[in-house]
Order: sequence, then structure tokens, then C-alpha cells
Amino acid sequence: MKRTVAKLSVVPAYSAPSAAEYRRPVVAMQNVTKVFSNGTLALKDMSLEVKSGEFLSLLGPSGCGKSTALRIIAGLGGPSSGSIDWPSSKINSKGLPEGDVGFVFQEPTLMPWSTVFGNVYLPLKLRGVSKSAARDKVMEVLASVGLADFADAYPRELSGGMKMRVSIARAIVTRPKLLLMDEPFAALDEITRQKLNDDVLKLWEQSGLTVIFVTHSVFEASYLSNRIVVMRARPGQVFTDLAIEQPDIRDGAYRTSEAYRAICQTVSDALQGAIQAAAS
Amino acid sequence: MSEATANPTGNSADKGTDAAVAVLRPRVAVSERMLRILVPVIALATGIMIWHWAVVANEVPRYILPSPFDAVTALITDWGTLWPALTVTLRITFMALFLALVGGVALAIILVQSRWIELALYPFAVILQVTPMIAVAPLLLIYSPDTQTALLICSFIVAFFPILSNMTQGLKSVDHNLLNLFELYGARSWQTLLFLKIPASMPYFMAGLRIGGGLALIAAVVAEFAAGSAGQGSGLAFRLLESQFRLNLPRLFAALILLCCTGIAIFALTSFVSWLTLHRWHESALKREN
Ligand SMILES: Nc1ncnc2c1ncn2[C@@H]1O[C@H](COP(=O)(O)OP(=O)(O)OP(=O)(O)O)[C@@H](O)[C@H]1O
Ligand SMILES: [Mg+2]
Repeated sequence: MKRTVAKLSVVPAYSAPSAAEYRRPVVAMQNVTKVFSNGTLALKDMSLEVKSGEFLSLLGPSGCGKSTALRIIAGLGGPSSGSIDWPSSKINSKGLPEGDVGFVFQEPTLMPWSTVFGNVYLPLKLRGVSKSAARDKVMEVLASVGLADFADAYPRELSGGMKMRVSIARAIVTRPKLLLMDEPFAALDEITRQKLNDDVLKLWEQSGLTVIFVTHSVFEASYLSNRIVVMRARPGQVFTDLAIEQPDIRDGAYRTSEAYRAICQTVSDALQGAIQAAAS
Repeated sequence: MSEATANPTGNSADKGTDAAVAVLRPRVAVSERMLRILVPVIALATGIMIWHWAVVANEVPRYILPSPFDAVTALITDWGTLWPALTVTLRITFMALFLALVGGVALAIILVQSRWIELALYPFAVILQVTPMIAVAPLLLIYSPDTQTALLICSFIVAFFPILSNMTQGLKSVDHNLLNLFELYGARSWQTLLFLKIPASMPYFMAGLRIGGGLALIAAVVAEFAAGSAGQGSGLAFRLLESQFRLNLPRLFAALILLCCTGIAIFALTSFVSWLTLHRWHESALKREN
């Protein structure tokens, strides 16, 4: 029997950020406004500074501009005005930090004609790394998402959760500083979702990644994040910025604890506030 | 007791049903698979027999309608005439198809680079596509250095468009998020083309290949009719016309049989190539298991 479920384990080449690096800003949105060509004002004057090592969730009602904000940070479609600053990264000609950003879309977005290995190898291939030189790296990342046995499988042979793991493996294979995730688990069932939540959390704890995680779910945001930015719609803006005190160990028991419930309550109230602000 | 030994694991009712199903299923499957082959074969054989019977019973003269037996005899005795003609037609068909593949793919790639190029070339594409090829054939015959070249051009034009339009469609319908992903990783445009757009358009390309292959043969035959060329290097269509003039109907039927088999072979070949390329990942070529 092949293992179909496994934990994201340590990615050895990562090291937790040093004390000096910690809390250093990784990326900062400065007064970003985004108007689409059809006149939609998606974001207005949004500012957000993300610090190294943060697990930041962007939470907000549908259509408030979460995806737009994430895509602008990733350099996919520039802002109409305002800027994105990368204080601690080398910038390439397009104003992007070369290789420092990983992106996980809502759908797995895998190339169906390519094997699991080929899909995870892609970011390195685009950078001119040869297949043999990349092999160890790719296999290591695949092992860390529990898919080492599936390197030669095609995406259609995988379950939804496994495809998402491949997508995560692809996003971290370049060892980015910043991992952007746009509702990555929204299409999955609750059990798989909780499992992947735990796995991403473990990855984050062990690697020192900085994560921006877009979600609709108060519970998901409350479980994962040490910072939750609640956005409001019309215009898309930061409504509240909540620092979350999380316990050292988050597990199944934590999901039913009073502390977790209290966080969910706070976050839920903030979200209600954001919705009302947009309605009035 | 005997029942218990026959079914040692117990739970006899369920197991019994399962076993019965297990025994029955393959039989149903095998006989159905046999029928799937047998029914069309029998139908075809019946059709040929009716043809034969109609000719014999009504004493139809050979120069009006030959029996299938006459047609096959002509195929064998006239092989020395028909085979060279077939190779001529095949050469034109495959050269036209090859040129259409290269040209269609190359032009599609150029077209999708810029909307302006596409707009500029659009009227030419429409004119070439909507004008019936047979109407252009006389003109081509005048301008071409020889008849074979004119036939090749006709066949090429006809096979070219399905390949061009399918390939263009394919190159344009790449998953938007995958394009974003390539952009995110700073892919050069040749990388996006080679690693993303071309693989993604393979199913479309294969559809174009299957259509283009069939059309290339049809166009090669039709163009030869229009040319009505004589003498050396004449294809099967010329032999068809010639047989018609001479009222050599058995040979005409033999030529038709050859053309029919060629068409089937081209279809089988292109379908096989398509299966070979796509079967590992694309829905159209997958065996459904659910
Ligand atoms: N390409 C586009 N062209 C025009 N308008 C767009 C485009 N993309 C998004 N929008 C608009 O911008 C606003 C914000 O969209 P966005 O996708 O960022 O919302 P979201 O918060 O991610 O929503 P959801 O939670 O449903 O994914 C919406 O009003 C949407 O209609
Ligand atoms: Mg979104």
C-alpha cells in the first residue's frame, strides 16, 4: 500500500529566521489602489506591512479584493497607484523579488500532461536548473508533502487533497521567503482541509516561512494565523488588523478549546463589523 | 456440510451472489465484445453479397455494374497500373499533410503572438478558406511549374486550415492560472510557448491532424479530377477517370476500393498518433474507470 496521507515534515534546507531577521518587514503595500479596466474599484489606498515569520490571514467577504491584493503582491497585474516594496529582497527588472515568492492558487493548477515530478520541477526548470541537478531538491520537497511515492503519477491519478499538496510542493521548491496562498483549501472537504491546515502550520513552524493566507473561513484563519487582517469591501481596504496569541501546540484538542473559541469569536465580530461598514 | 466445504468462508448468501456475478460478467463481456466485431463484419459481408446477388440475378453487364468478384479480380490483375497511381496520390497526400502541419503550426504560433498580426492576416485566411478549392485549381494549374505541384498546393490549402484554426484555438485556451504561474516565475516567452502553450494545445492539434489527414486525401483526388492530367506520374483519380472513359468499370471499382482503404488507413494512423500522444493525460484519450 502506498501512503496517501502523510505529514509535511521538515524541509531541512530551511532554517528558522534569526532573531535579527525576525520581525523585519518582508513586503509592504503602500497606499495601493487598483481600478480595473471596467471601472471596478477593487482596492483603495490599502497599506499593509508583512513582517518576516508572520502567518498572516487575509479575511473578508467575497469580492472585497483579497485575491486582487495577493496578485498585486505577486506582481501579477500592477497597482493603479501606490507601490509594493520589498525591503529585504533583491529586485529584478520587473520590480519583483527574484525567486522569493511562492504562490498557491485556489485550484491546484497543475499541468495535466506532466507528472507530479515534472510539475514540482517546473519553477526550477524555468530558471534553467537541469533535471538531474534538481532531482534531489524536488524529491525532498515531495517527501515533505508525503508524495514521494507519487513522483511519476499524473495529476488525474491524484485526489483533490493530493493535487493541492503537489501545488504546495511546487510553491516551496524554490525555497521562497514569502508564500502566498489564495483560498488554497476552499474546494476541499472538511477533513482534508483540517489535515492540510495542520500540515501547512507544521511547515511554517519548521521553516521560518512568511505566509499570507487568503481565506473566507473565520475558523481556518483563527486556527492558523498569528495575525489576521480583516478587509472590508467597497472599497477594498484593511478594516482591522488583529494580532493573535497562539499556543505553542495547536492540535485536535486545541480546535475544541475555549481559547480557540474566544479567538473565533473576536475574529467573527471583526468580520461582522467589516460587512456592516461596507453595507452602510 | 457439502455446502460448507464448498464455501468455507461462510456468509454464503452474499458470497454466492458475488460468485454468480463474477462468473456471468466475463461471459457477457466476451460475447458483447465478439458481437461488436461480428455485427459490422456480418453487415458488410451481407451488403457485398446483396451486391453480388443483384448483379448475377439480373445479369447486369460488367460495363454497367461489375460484381464484387470482378472488382477484386481487377484489383489483382491491374495492380501494375493501380499501385504506381496509388503511390502518386499517397505522396501528394502526405507531402501536403506534412507541409500543412508545419505551416499550420508555425502560422498559429505567429498569429497568437500579437492581435495585430492576427487581424492583418485574417482577411487572407477567410478568402483562402471560403473560396472552393476546386475553383482555384485551374488557376494553380496555370501558375505551377507542373501538375504535381498544383495538386500538392491544392491539397495543402485544404489540409492547412483545420490545422491552423485548431492550433490557434489550442494556443489561446491555456489555463489562465498556469499562465500566471509562468509569469510569476519570470518565464521567457519561448519557455511559456514550449513548456505550456504547445503541450496544452496538443489535443486541439490532434483534432486538426485527424481532420486535415482526411481532407488532404480528398483534396488530392478532387484536384486531380480538376487537372485531368495525363501520362506519367498520374494518381488514382486519373485512373478513375480513365477507367470511366474506357468503360472499364471493374478497374474503376478497384480504384475506389483502394481509395477507400487509403482513407481508412490515414484515419487509423492519425487516430493512433493522437492516442499515443494524449493517452497518458487527456480526457479524450482516457479509458473511463468511473
Ligand atoms: N479582472 C478583473 N476585471 C474586472 N474586475 C475584477 C477583476 N478581477 C476582480 N475584479 C473585481 O474586483 C473586486 C475584487 O475581486 P477579488 O477577486 O479580489 O475579490 P476576493 O476578495 O478575492 O473575492 P472572493 O473571496 O470571492 O475570491 C470584485 O468586485 C471583482 O468583481
Ligand atoms: Mg478571491
